[in-house]
Amino acid sequence: MKIIVCVKQVPDTSGKVAVNPDGTLNRASMAAITNPDDLNAVEAALVLKEQTGAEVIVVSMGPPPAEGMLREVMARGVDRAVLVSGREFGGSDTYATSQILAAAINKIGVGPEDIVMCGRQAIDGDTAQVGPQIAEKLGLPQVSYAAEIKKDGDTLTIKRMLEDGYMTIKVKTPCLITCIKELNNPRYMSVNGIFECYAKPYEIFDYNTLKDDPLIDPSTIGLKGSPTNIFKSFTPPQKGVGMMLEGADKATCDKLAGILAAKHMI
Amino acid sequence: MKNMSNYNSAAIEEFNGGIWVFCEQRQGKMMPTSFELISEGRKLADELGSKLYGLLLGSNVEGIAKELGGYGADGVYVCDSPLLENYTTDGYTKVICDVIREYKPEAMLIGATNIGRDLGPRCAARLHTGLCADCTHLDIDVPKYKDFLRSASTLAPAMIDSIKEDDRNLKMTRPAFGGHLMATIICPRFRPAMATVRPGVMKKAAFDQAKADACQIIKPNFSLTEADLDTQVVEVVKAAKKMVDLIGADVVVSVGRGISKDVEGGIKLAEELAEVLGGVVGGSRATIDSGWLSADHQVGQTGKTVHPKIYVALGISGAIQHKAGMQDSECIIAVNKNESAPIFEIADYGICGDLFKVTPLLIEAIKAAKAAK
Repeated sequence: MKIIVCVKQVPDTSGKVAVNPDGTLNRASMAAITNPDDLNAVEAALVLKEQTGAEVIVVSMGPPPAEGMLREVMARGVDRAVLVSGREFGGSDTYATSQILAAAINKIGVGPEDIVMCGRQAIDGDTAQVGPQIAEKLGLPQVSYAAEIKKDGDTLTIKRMLEDGYMTIKVKTPCLITCIKELNNPRYMSVNGIFECYAKPYEIFDYNTLKDDPLIDPSTIGLKGSPTNIFKSFTPPQKGVGMMLEGADKATCDKLAGILAAKHMI
Repeated sequence: MKNMSNYNSAAIEEFNGGIWVFCEQRQGKMMPTSFELISEGRKLADELGSKLYGLLLGSNVEGIAKELGGYGADGVYVCDSPLLENYTTDGYTKVICDVIREYKPEAMLIGATNIGRDLGPRCAARLHTGLCADCTHLDIDVPKYKDFLRSASTLAPAMIDSIKEDDRNLKMTRPAFGGHLMATIICPRFRPAMATVRPGVMKKAAFDQAKADACQIIKPNFSLTEADLDTQVVEVVKAAKKMVDLIGADVVVSVGRGISKDVEGGIKLAEELAEVLGGVVGGSRATIDSGWLSADHQVGQTGKTVHPKIYVALGISGAIQHKAGMQDSECIIAVNKNESAPIFEIADYGICGDLFKVTPLLIEAIKAAKAAK
């Protein structure tokens, strides 16, 4: 049994984010981290590994420096890593990305007992689209927003969160699951793990590795193969400066309440 | 393994079946976002000179279809089957893709709920078309889009003026990188252009009973059997606790990391202030991640987008990801100990001070001001 986990290296958008004058993101100024939801997917895979002895393989699409992130994930207990990297893949939207990642997962091979896992969404794009789109391209059933996963033989029972509650869903392997932070608390790298991670198998899949898969076609990957294009990108204006009220005492609060009353807001 | 992909081979001109809105229902009750999207879809259909249709899937749901007409739908495609009672990715995707291939809409809007964001990408991948996630603004007419850019972007006027006016693609605008950037996405080569749209962003139109009565019900043929379903819904559980209705609230009082020294006390103060203002309590991502408030309270890029009449931020520094969810509020009041907190950059009224001291005074002042009216 194999568990294949998709992970992505993302700029840390939770801190200060720098934007270039031309409206693009200044990635060089920001820390690169492993996408938070993806770490929940890795943890879920490692828990299943402990229960079943499954092999855990991570797959990431990105530039060669993403190796560092993949080594870190292996230091947490993942067995093997694959980096999907190539000029031909650049500029892909979610549709094209899912074609490429599905081809990479096909290359690793999805057997009848296997599971593919993803984080719900990445913090740079926040689309939550790539997981379900990979599932479609692989012809696998999907369960997204997983907050609890139980495995019994070839059947998984998953608590799938909704805004107003949850659904309990049963699905058989092979399948694809997208994970949310409520699922678990990701473990840290262990000291042994850090020692071992550089000896673990690490491979790069480039265009030539994947080109025989029917999913890899110049008309369906990369910038040119992406169904969506950016029409314009821009930065939103800052709102006009408001009024700082002097002091933080009763008079200040009375003044504010007076303004709100005069504006008929209360 | 079956490969269910089937490339979209039809020419885009053949997709002239109007604008469609997937109208999500749960337990036979229409989700509020369906009315918002029908209202927005009406405007887009008018811009395109086209018709607007709802697409409703479920079991015994025909009775709730006509109401959509009251918000602007010319008709509703109703797909009724006991197998569609609960949402399943497999069942809904199959029916929707089959119906889309037959009736060929130009564009398809889906509410960006947990279900819409599961369904949208699966359908777009099967139809081989583009999908833009979690949109906050939609246009077809370029002059209208230019007006939007003039008020909502920092682009130079000359650059906005230079945009060609003959583009008829659906222009789907969404925040990216936690709200630091906005991107307008188009899907020029494939149809339908698909968008999931953030709940609470589009405004619901006034209901018109005459239009609801005139709304056409269309029942397409479709086939769906047990064998099409690879996932089985064992149960659907509604949260026991009433979820907080942030999106519909006129006033939101949110707390942030600033309550850390007395979490319970801070939340209690926010509840009291919300009560006198007639609102509800929200929270920043930090308060949700720390487990102080449940996830339904979260305001921000990864939570809910709100635009209440009054938004009070207590002890919230104002990270961009929080601002993305509340900066369009009519009046923003911020209380924070740190005078350089970014929240003050967007606040209409700022008080630099300890929320535990200021909030009780503010509650009393508002009570007094209301009593004096």
